[in-house]
Amino acid sequence: MKQKFDIITSTCVPLPLENVDTDQIIPARFLKATDKNGFGDNLFRDWRYDKEGNPIKSFVLNDPTYGGCILVAGKNFGSGSSREHAAWAIAGYGFRVVISSFFADIHKNNELNNFVLPVVVSEQFLAELFDSINKNPKMEVKVDLPNQTVTNLATGKSEKFEINGYKKYCLMNALDDIDFLLENKDKIEAWEKKQKNA
Amino acid sequence: MNTLFDKIWDKHVVQIVEDGPTQLYIDRLYCHEVTSPQAFAGMRERGLKCFRPDQIVCMPDHNTPTHDQDKPIEDPVSRHQVDTLAKNTADFGLTHFGMMNPKNGIIHVVGPERGLSLPGMTIVCGDSHTSTHGAMGAVAFGIGTSEVEMVMASQCILQSKPKSMRISVNGKLKKGVTAKDVALYIMSKMSTSGATGYFVEYAGSAVKSLSMEGRLTLSNLTIEMGARGGFIAPDEVTFEYLKGREYAPKGADWDKAVEYWKTLKSGDDAVFDKDITFDAADIEPMVTYGTNPGMGMGISQHIPTLDTVDAAGQISYKKSLVYMGFQPGDSLLGKKVDYVFCGSCTNGRIEDFRAFASIVKGRKKAEGVTCWLVPGSWMVDAQIREEGLDKIFEEAGFALRQPGCSACLAMNDDKIPAGKLSVSTSNRNFEGRQGPGARTVLASPLVAAAAAVTGVITDPRTLM
Repeated sequence: MKQKFDIITSTCVPLPLENVDTDQIIPARFLKATDKNGFGDNLFRDWRYDKEGNPIKSFVLNDPTYGGCILVAGKNFGSGSSREHAAWAIAGYGFRVVISSFFADIHKNNELNNFVLPVVVSEQFLAELFDSINKNPKMEVKVDLPNQTVTNLATGKSEKFEINGYKKYCLMNALDDIDFLLENKDKIEAWEKKQKNA
Repeated sequence: MNTLFDKIWDKHVVQIVEDGPTQLYIDRLYCHEVTSPQAFAGMRERGLKCFRPDQIVCMPDHNTPTHDQDKPIEDPVSRHQVDTLAKNTADFGLTHFGMMNPKNGIIHVVGPERGLSLPGMTIVCGDSHTSTHGAMGAVAFGIGTSEVEMVMASQCILQSKPKSMRISVNGKLKKGVTAKDVALYIMSKMSTSGATGYFVEYAGSAVKSLSMEGRLTLSNLTIEMGARGGFIAPDEVTFEYLKGREYAPKGADWDKAVEYWKTLKSGDDAVFDKDITFDAADIEPMVTYGTNPGMGMGISQHIPTLDTVDAAGQISYKKSLVYMGFQPGDSLLGKKVDYVFCGSCTNGRIEDFRAFASIVKGRKKAEGVTCWLVPGSWMVDAQIREEGLDKIFEEAGFALRQPGCSACLAMNDDKIPAGKLSVSTSNRNFEGRQGPGARTVLASPLVAAAAAVTGVITDPRTLM
């Protein structure tokens, strides 16, 4: 899963629904695996396939008009369960970026920990982006992590997005938090000692 | 500033990373079988041992069947996940309450009832409902599997400090109104994202009047409005509950602990980033009508019409009512119910079964309703039997099942069939949560019991 993130320019997959919860991203019955592989096949399973396992043509992932490694979703994406399987499904399917006007906390961290970049944009930027994709499904979006900008290449409009310096460094250099924590064991032991003496 | 959240959080700060998150020390890590295997695998790949194995407690709960737990699990994939946890905990030297161990149950029921979750602690688990343990006066929150691995490796986690919010509910709760109704009411006002980015302290006379079980229910549901966690400052109710529990401090350690716990409250001068107040008198028994827990209303009310929903949310709103088979403007009273589920980390404690029993006593289960009563743990099961509630259930035509998460998320074989309407005491009414196509109405054990004996959604106050 570790991969360096820099600048990504891609067409988008639009999902203009609000409050997309992690049970929709990956239903609980698919959480029984003991490794991280294969979750992409069941991303949005119950919206994507019918009871017999046939693709539901109207769902965006089954519509050849749309493609690319950027998922654009409505407000409050990833609410509900903390299951990291949702992030594994998004990454496993091939998405590198999710754009929304609002993310649920735990899911946002889970995406970052799997080298998928959650990009928070304004409601207006999001509405215009859905509009641009609707008009031209082949339009592209540029996500520039070093400069923390996201650009709708159809309109040329650009926005800054937030990410803390530490996490940005991790993403750009394919480092994870465990690498960092293991380097800081002495500080942890010092903290424990201080508590014991208190 | 000077909130209880600040006090507990700040005490656990190991360091603040420059232009980055906080490295926070974790007192207790809980693991269940679903969100831990990849973390253990990661530890193996890196050749690591758990840094503080004594602070980690593990048990299976999501996949466990609610019958014949003494036999191997029928579903081979579920069995493999449960067996994997047993093997991992043995390999890494961790405490494990396996299936049929009298200490087994839903992790968020077992932690508090065994005295493993204590005031002032930082507690995490790869499960969003870890917020439950906040009821003990702890900072408890759900994390992802990568973060579980971080805690295994270092007993620390990297997190940005959330903002603080106080939600006060003042006054006296009315007859038939439980902690579940308070939570569903707050969510209906806050929406499922209204507290995202915040840690919530519950306060006010109505909150303080709740039993420990009620407080656990309220804290449990905090995540459903997007907050990382919610907690209640510890008080005599907390201390009384914890005293004598298996893993709680004993003797002189107990006295010392209580002395410290008594200091755990927000200062009179505490400043919250957001301060919200509700009146207990406005709350009636609640039901949900849509596909997220924020879509709730008083049981006597009608489903909001489309014009009350903002433009960007209308597609989701319509989709949700179509899924549920409801119309805007509908009342839920009198709707035919197919399934009733009483259990889960939200409402699977002794008080919930007492409430259920108080309604079904002397009545009979309605024909055509399938009802699953699933205690949250073996300890709850034992309490039910000690109090003779099992006899009341039996006489009314209900059978008690064995402990586990069960129909809350249908990872075992307790699945609600497509299109069927379920009144459930669990925490999520998402599409497909209780089984593909299942329709879920979230409610309190009183509302669930009223549905179970009448066969339709019924105001429990008419049966009290």
